[in-house]
Amino acid sequence: MALRELSSLEKFLGIKKLNKYSTQGERKVPVLQNNNAQSLVGLATISCHLVHEAKRRELLGDSAEQRAVVQQWLEYRLTRLDHCSRDEINIILKELNQYLVDKVYLAGNSITLADMLMYYGIHHIIMELAVQQKEKYLNVTRWFDHIQHYPGVRHHLPPVLKLPFKKR
Amino acid sequence: MKLFVSEGSPQCVKVLAALEHTGVKCDVQLLSHEESVVSFLSRPVLPAVLLPSGQQLFSANAICQYLFEVGGKEITDASRQLLEWEATELQPVLLQALHVAVLQGKRSEAGTLLKNPLSWLEQCLSGKPRQFLTAETVEVADIVLWAALYPVLSDSALEAGELHSVRGWFERVSQLPACTKAVQKILPGKELNGLKNFLQKQPVPHAQRRENLPSETEDTEHVMTEEEIEVAAQAWSKGLPECDETIKRQHPVLPKEGKRNVLVTSALPYVNNVPHLGNIIGCVLSADVFSRYGRLRGWNLLYLCGTDEYGTATENKALEEGLTPQQICDKYFAVHSAIYKWFQIDFDYFGRTTTQQQTEISQNIFFRLYERGFLQEDIVEQLRCENCQRFLADRFVEGVCPNCKYPEARGDQCDKCGRLINAVELKDPLCKVCGQTPVIRTSKHLFLDLPKLEGDLEAWLEKTFNTGDWTANAKQITRSWIRDGLKPRCITRDLKWGTPVPLPEYSEKVFYVWFDAPIGYLSITANYTSEWEKWWKNPQQVELYNFMAKDNVPFHSVVFPCSLLGAQDNYTLVNHLIATEYLNYEDTKFSKSRGVGVFGDMAKDTGIPSDVWRFYLTYVRPEGQDSSFSWADLALKNNSELLNNLGNFINRAGMFVSKFFNGCVPEIVLQDEDKRLIAQVSWELKQYIQLLDKVRIRDALKCILNISRHGNQYIQSNEPWKKIKGGEEDRKRAGTVTGVSVNVACLLSAVLEPYMPTVSQTIRAQLQAPDNCASAMLGAEGCFLRSLPTGHQIGTVKPLFQKLETEQIEILRKKFGGQQGPSNKTSTTGTNPPNAAEPITSQGKK
Repeated sequence: MALRELSSLEKFLGIKKLNKYSTQGERKVPVLQNNNAQSLVGLATISCHLVHEAKRRELLGDSAEQRAVVQQWLEYRLTRLDHCSRDEINIILKELNQYLVDKVYLAGNSITLADMLMYYGIHHIIMELAVQQKEKYLNVTRWFDHIQHYPGVRHHLPPVLKLPFKKR
Repeated sequence: MKLFVSEGSPQCVKVLAALEHTGVKCDVQLLSHEESVVSFLSRPVLPAVLLPSGQQLFSANAICQYLFEVGGKEITDASRQLLEWEATELQPVLLQALHVAVLQGKRSEAGTLLKNPLSWLEQCLSGKPRQFLTAETVEVADIVLWAALYPVLSDSALEAGELHSVRGWFERVSQLPACTKAVQKILPGKELNGLKNFLQKQPVPHAQRRENLPSETEDTEHVMTEEEIEVAAQAWSKGLPECDETIKRQHPVLPKEGKRNVLVTSALPYVNNVPHLGNIIGCVLSADVFSRYGRLRGWNLLYLCGTDEYGTATENKALEEGLTPQQICDKYFAVHSAIYKWFQIDFDYFGRTTTQQQTEISQNIFFRLYERGFLQEDIVEQLRCENCQRFLADRFVEGVCPNCKYPEARGDQCDKCGRLINAVELKDPLCKVCGQTPVIRTSKHLFLDLPKLEGDLEAWLEKTFNTGDWTANAKQITRSWIRDGLKPRCITRDLKWGTPVPLPEYSEKVFYVWFDAPIGYLSITANYTSEWEKWWKNPQQVELYNFMAKDNVPFHSVVFPCSLLGAQDNYTLVNHLIATEYLNYEDTKFSKSRGVGVFGDMAKDTGIPSDVWRFYLTYVRPEGQDSSFSWADLALKNNSELLNNLGNFINRAGMFVSKFFNGCVPEIVLQDEDKRLIAQVSWELKQYIQLLDKVRIRDALKCILNISRHGNQYIQSNEPWKKIKGGEEDRKRAGTVTGVSVNVACLLSAVLEPYMPTVSQTIRAQLQAPDNCASAMLGAEGCFLRSLPTGHQIGTVKPLFQKLETEQIEILRKKFGGQQGPSNKTSTTGTNPPNAAEPITSQGKK
């Protein structure tokens, strides 16, 4: 799963170089193989590295403050969202919904890596939401729909219908 | 900037130490654990930072990174990696360990828990000349890891093994003034007990969750027992059974007593769309791979498909091209047939829906539903264009959206605000064909009473979900339809090109394509054999597999089964519903109008063989999630998997027999290494069968590639080309290795048959393999057999695959468009727009 995210991210960043990946451990943590130097371990670490490599540093936040906010949401994604239990899902949705009340993006006024990885990680949850829940977590729904339509983001994932689009 | 901390929390030690170390100016306020600072989190979390901008930070690691960055230090990859490890790997274990140590008093257990992460850290540090984790100076990772580990490493009673380097590093960091200060403030001299309050506020840590999805089997190495190896080797040595006659297919294929009778259908392609690669892998190719596999397994199998020909889209296309609808259908039916033939889709019969049998069977089902009270009449207001002399089906009218005033809203939905619209509500509606203003007329229509059938449907679904293989998306889509409640569904339309509704007052109307298109499966069978009812009214003996893309699921799992259940005529209902996700094209959508993507009729012009297309499409089959077709990846997989892995192995095995043994399979004396290979290959074969039995087509293909990978490694480590030049023993060894390898090649020809029929045939011809070897090895659970005995004469061996050059691929990529870019920004729902003019996903009354 993480490897698919990385490949989507590579496409988004327009990275042409063929990176070699593997996974390690029970949780299938991604590893970026590197012939010349130490390999890199961890989804967030590798993602930040790719962003640097593609010279798209603005995706990590455009100020020290925003960079901290980005890192914070990356950590939230990995520690709270991934492998979360059913009960946790509602808490996470509630928190995000509250956070996104007055925001378009997770950090600052443009898309960052935090939006992308959160989108990839939460996709399977949003997909399963019933209409009522989508209504309940309206800010998440709005943010999610915005990110999935951001050019070049949605690669390996199917689109999820936003609320009023639901066809019967 | 303001920092909030609380006593007793190692997380707060992190930030205070970082603050002291970097010298950043900041107000610090000490709070109790219960106090909530971060407004959007559901439970109180400390430390927290209130930034000048009003943003709140609640992650200690992010706060530390921020402080270091403000203090003028760049965050490196190495630091980030350690922070990520700390948050994702160390913290869960640490919390659990502290929990058992402090709250349950079991210190030894805590030590055991921590063994793994600590020895990992030991490895990181040992043998490095550095003073600290990532550099000669203290960096953010040192502070964060030190603070996290402080409670366990400063507690001498907690035993966690020899940790020389870790202890050395820990001492060095502990001596920093910033760190001693932070400890004094947060954990003032109470050792582990100081953590009690903090720990009691944390959610109870649970043992690491294991949610290993069964689909993630990619990198599992199978470990074999000695016994398993011996059994596989013995079975192999027995060779092929004497006379296992291969059964020739005889048409018409009909269900047989005592056989597994399998009926396979693939969703009927709409006639006037040239199918693209996504359509091909979604339906006909997937069903073909499975059907070929089933026939090899000895099932009595019938595979049917055909073109869906009725509906407004055909009528319009006919207008456009100046032909009659029938002529359009004839023309495009030929296009479809030619495409599938080129892709080697081995239908038992490929028919069409515009036949007499279609009319008879549809009307029969209709009457049975009518007599049993499952149809109801209703008056519907519709827009009619007097100029074109017809009712304007939903997408053939445009106007101003009544909600958002968007001027180009369609008759069913507004693209701007997304709301569903009833066409008569449109302001200033215009006929999309002639531009005239339509008028509102009423029209009587018939509705299938789905709510009345819901009970029967649910009872059947529950049974079939439990006994059949439904893909997860198929179950999910079906459940969501049921959950949202079924509504009566219109089955008639004011059109000409369709199956006539057999009631006098409906003489001007035809069946809505979605009522009668699935009946096409039945009528196509009826065109194939007059005994079609033996398949379709025989649920006791027949197992039905439907293949489709996911947009088609509701019609096969809800609407059509309701028609058949309501008809009460012992119809065969779907047992296994296999739905794919969508295939994208170079990360955009296939689009005929924009000329993006490869369409069925163009594939052969690329010069890439049909088998390679089949291979790549099954390799990226959107199984479980969307996938994309990419030229670069196609070339890569062709060159790495087909040429260097599969082709290379088969070619080497054959060439050794030809070159070293005059084309005669040499004597084989199995040693342990050979037996191990045989067992490995047998295991992969069993996996292949288990997966394909469950229609996991993409996953099973990986097993084939694994077999040849094992084979290549085996040849590589035994070097028969060197041994053949050695002494007597070495030459015998070369003989055994060659003999085993060429038999693996023979097995590969068998397992490849469903995927790459031509290549499979070529290998069998090159090896002069016996006809029955495929069916013998693929029967039952699958058994790798020695099909080519010592002395067997093989034919001429030639390379199977060709390299795809970058330049060649680049030319193709340009030719078929598919540049990346924001061009797909407006995409709304799925990759496959509805085929018919009406939105096939609209369930309710219009």
